[in-house]
Amino acid sequence: MFKSHRFRRGATLMLVVSAITFALPAAVPAQAAAACGTVNLADNAWVGYEADLAVVSYVLKNSLGCKVVVKNISEQVSWQGFPTGQVDAILENWGHEDLAAKYITKQKVAVDLGSTGNNGIIGWYVVPWMVAKYPGITNYKNLNKYASLFKTSESGSMGAFLDGDPSYVTNDAAIIKNLKLNYKVIFTGSEAALITSFRAAQAQKKPMIGYFYEPQWFLAEVPLVHVTLPKWTKGCDADPKTVACDYPPYPLNKVASVKFMNSGSPAATVIKNFKWTNADQNSVAKSLAVGKLTDDAAAKIWVDAHPAIVKAWLGK
Amino acid sequence: MATTLLSKTMGEPAPVAAKKSKLSFQLSLLTTGFLFFAILLRGIATLPLDTSSLTSFQNWLNSVSDWIGNNRTSNPVFTFFINVIRDFIDTFVTGIQDLISQAVGNNASPLLGWFGIVVLLSYLAYAVANVRIALLVCGGLISLGLLGYWQESMDTLALTLAAVVLALIIGIPLGICAGLFPRFEKIITPALDFAQVMPTFVYLTPVTLFFLIGPASATIVTMVYAIPPALRITAVALHEVPWSSVEAAVSMGSTRMQALRKVQLPQAKRTIVVGINQTIMAALSMVTIAALIDAPGLGKVVIRALESLDIGSSFQAGLGIVILAVVLDRTTTAAASKVDAENSHLLDHKHHRQILKIGAIVSVIAVVISRIYLWAGNFPGTGVLGHDIATYTDNATNWFQAHFVNVTNGITNAVSYGLLNPLQSLLTNSPWFVTGFAFVLLAAILGGRKLTLVAIFCVLGIVGTGLWSDTMATLASVLVASIATVTIGIVVGVWIGRSKRADQIIRPILDAGQVLPAFVYLVPFLGLFGATRFTAIMAAIVYAAPASIKLMADGIAGIPASISEAGIAAGSSKWQMIIKVQLPSARRAVALSTNQGIIYVLAMVVVGGLVGAGGLGYLVVAGFAQLNLTGKGLAAGLAIVLLGILLDRITQAAAVRSTLQGK
Repeated sequence: MFKSHRFRRGATLMLVVSAITFALPAAVPAQAAAACGTVNLADNAWVGYEADLAVVSYVLKNSLGCKVVVKNISEQVSWQGFPTGQVDAILENWGHEDLAAKYITKQKVAVDLGSTGNNGIIGWYVVPWMVAKYPGITNYKNLNKYASLFKTSESGSMGAFLDGDPSYVTNDAAIIKNLKLNYKVIFTGSEAALITSFRAAQAQKKPMIGYFYEPQWFLAEVPLVHVTLPKWTKGCDADPKTVACDYPPYPLNKVASVKFMNSGSPAATVIKNFKWTNADQNSVAKSLAVGKLTDDAAAKIWVDAHPAIVKAWLGK
Repeated sequence: MATTLLSKTMGEPAPVAAKKSKLSFQLSLLTTGFLFFAILLRGIATLPLDTSSLTSFQNWLNSVSDWIGNNRTSNPVFTFFINVIRDFIDTFVTGIQDLISQAVGNNASPLLGWFGIVVLLSYLAYAVANVRIALLVCGGLISLGLLGYWQESMDTLALTLAAVVLALIIGIPLGICAGLFPRFEKIITPALDFAQVMPTFVYLTPVTLFFLIGPASATIVTMVYAIPPALRITAVALHEVPWSSVEAAVSMGSTRMQALRKVQLPQAKRTIVVGINQTIMAALSMVTIAALIDAPGLGKVVIRALESLDIGSSFQAGLGIVILAVVLDRTTTAAASKVDAENSHLLDHKHHRQILKIGAIVSVIAVVISRIYLWAGNFPGTGVLGHDIATYTDNATNWFQAHFVNVTNGITNAVSYGLLNPLQSLLTNSPWFVTGFAFVLLAAILGGRKLTLVAIFCVLGIVGTGLWSDTMATLASVLVASIATVTIGIVVGVWIGRSKRADQIIRPILDAGQVLPAFVYLVPFLGLFGATRFTAIMAAIVYAAPASIKLMADGIAGIPASISEAGIAAGSSKWQMIIKVQLPSARRAVALSTNQGIIYVLAMVVVGGLVGAGGLGYLVVAGFAQLNLTGKGLAAGLAIVLLGILLDRITQAAAVRSTLQGK
């Protein structure tokens, strides 16, 4: 590309001079790193997780002086990081029996650190405006009566039932079949698509039913209403083909790598002790998603208001 | 001269016309036959498969991926070979990041502060292109800072540069081989098709399994997509050099190697630079996908904003990617045409050299300043412009949604019920052997024996993946999106091909459509069109139509003036000119823009899976998310590749047919 030899010489000269300038002393020294060392935390892409991450990182950085490295990766990839030492902890895990069996039971590289205190609820939800207008819609027994309301261009002659991010294991197709409901599952494929659909349905007063879960920041904006399915009992969902009951309660837990837990890092203690309520998480999640605060700013508000809880995490 | 050309294009000579009518007779016979049997035998042998069920082939793929996962850490061949590559790439990327984006050691800013980067890159742009481009680079870079994403932009630039440099180091030599040895080209072409059409989602998890989470994986994912254009265009560049000039060199006593170095490569330089340009664009289009495995930069901002459906912020970051793309695209394009100018010695070298010298000194001073003063190190301010743009975008989207949602819902329903549903039910209810046979016959009519074999291979391959029914559902959406894309491509392409003014206004919009990450406009589209196949089709059109339009416009603009003049002399009106003269003369461009339109639409199938289109795209996404569906996701990726090759080869054959007819 560079035709002229003179130019080439000029470029070389310039490179030499800039190399010398790099040797100049740095202008402003950054903060000195502290004793805790580096903690690698997985960052899965939903706001509730983001809230856990914001608060835990804030405490690790400000109370222990840790260097926190956040890795934006999906759930399955996060677990992959345990054996290689690239991920030290996952802060909010939703079930994933298959991954737990592989990495905790079989390979013994990860360990369950117990509940985050948050209880996950998975289930079927309808948009709130429908509840007043169509009595009994929150009971599955009446859903066939209203099926035609939910018909869309995607669902043929049946009502459309919207599913979200495929990361979550859903039994919806089987439940619909086994309860003989006249609905068809539409796979929206992402949380964004699911939330946007609920939001638009509520704003335009259009019927919509789908899979959703708590804790979730969106429920503060549109309080979706839970539909009752046949009650969950232990083992009713054992066979994915015959399941005809609601989802079990999901206690959300933390998972960490064995190597990290044995390292003696003070950060391991904090992550092990980390525990809070759904209301706590929702308040931080709301600051992030609706208030559009940065992670640290949102965390600071909550941490400053709850010194006793943070103290307990630190094991003091 | 002009009149003979005109008579050839306007009134076809008898034998060609006869051939053409034979072809259209065969095609209409094929269509009627297909419809007859598809409807007569509907519901038979449609090969459906539940979303949660797996075939034995898919289970086998699952076990392969498990085996790799289990051996990653224990097998010494894996660990040694792969760790060396990984360490090398990691070091390379981190080196560039230290240079332009990440603070090093105890410093507060990277080795080059923003001020140094702006001056240095503007100077380089002047050196390889001209003053206008230098100003564009300067303005573009500063606006990245004003958006509030200086560091993220530089991270993206660092990763893109690393991937592009490595892609070129691999792609250009292989491209030269492919240009010189036709047999090598034949062997490598299917691999390139595979790399370009295979959805990235399919190999994101395996790549992180091999190369771990970090810059190496992100770079490799980007390279897989960026090498093919570098390789292909280099090969084309060598093909374009007239063989006679090589023969002349050899007869004058040069060896084959000397002929390559002294004759072929210099003449191919301009096209190779076009290849570099396409490589950069391909790398930039991977920014958001790579962010899913922790690639640093603007992609992360887009993904993060998507979590809370923050349209404003994601647009703000997406705009940063568009600015980077436009800056890099214009610079390399101008560099390419300057290569031409230099070859023909049009430049005033002495004057030019003076400015280059002064510029070099100024750049060094700027770099020094950026290392001494904090204001020149880290971009000052918090991106006020960015916040304004985000707020404005949010308001505009909300307003549009509130006022037009009934219209957009109406359009969704009209297209879905009127076109998409009947087409999809025809394709998914038709027995696989009827539809498959129709494809093979179409291939036999348009191409020769070779194309027929390719079609048989693809049809049987799709059946083998176990996903025939899902493939047909996807095909229906792909066809509707392609028809729309090609129609827009021809109409807008003719318009801007005929008017330089229109071209100047429209082209930046086309660039934006091609590089703006789909994630940015998915949320507003979902609000307008719902979680439907139509939303996926709209997203595909936004991405695919620009390529179609550009190729069409180039074709129209490339029609020799003599033909148009003859048309005017013959007293044609504007519409007669377009329909009777320009479109027939640009037949090759019409065919090419159709082909590329379809390929680009296919690239969006996976994105469709994220917005409710179901089909193969959803299965790929689900395979990325769930361990036990990994095999099914892989199979769905394979089905997309096979469908892509099938549609690509058939439309290419159609393109060759129409070119022959044009002659």
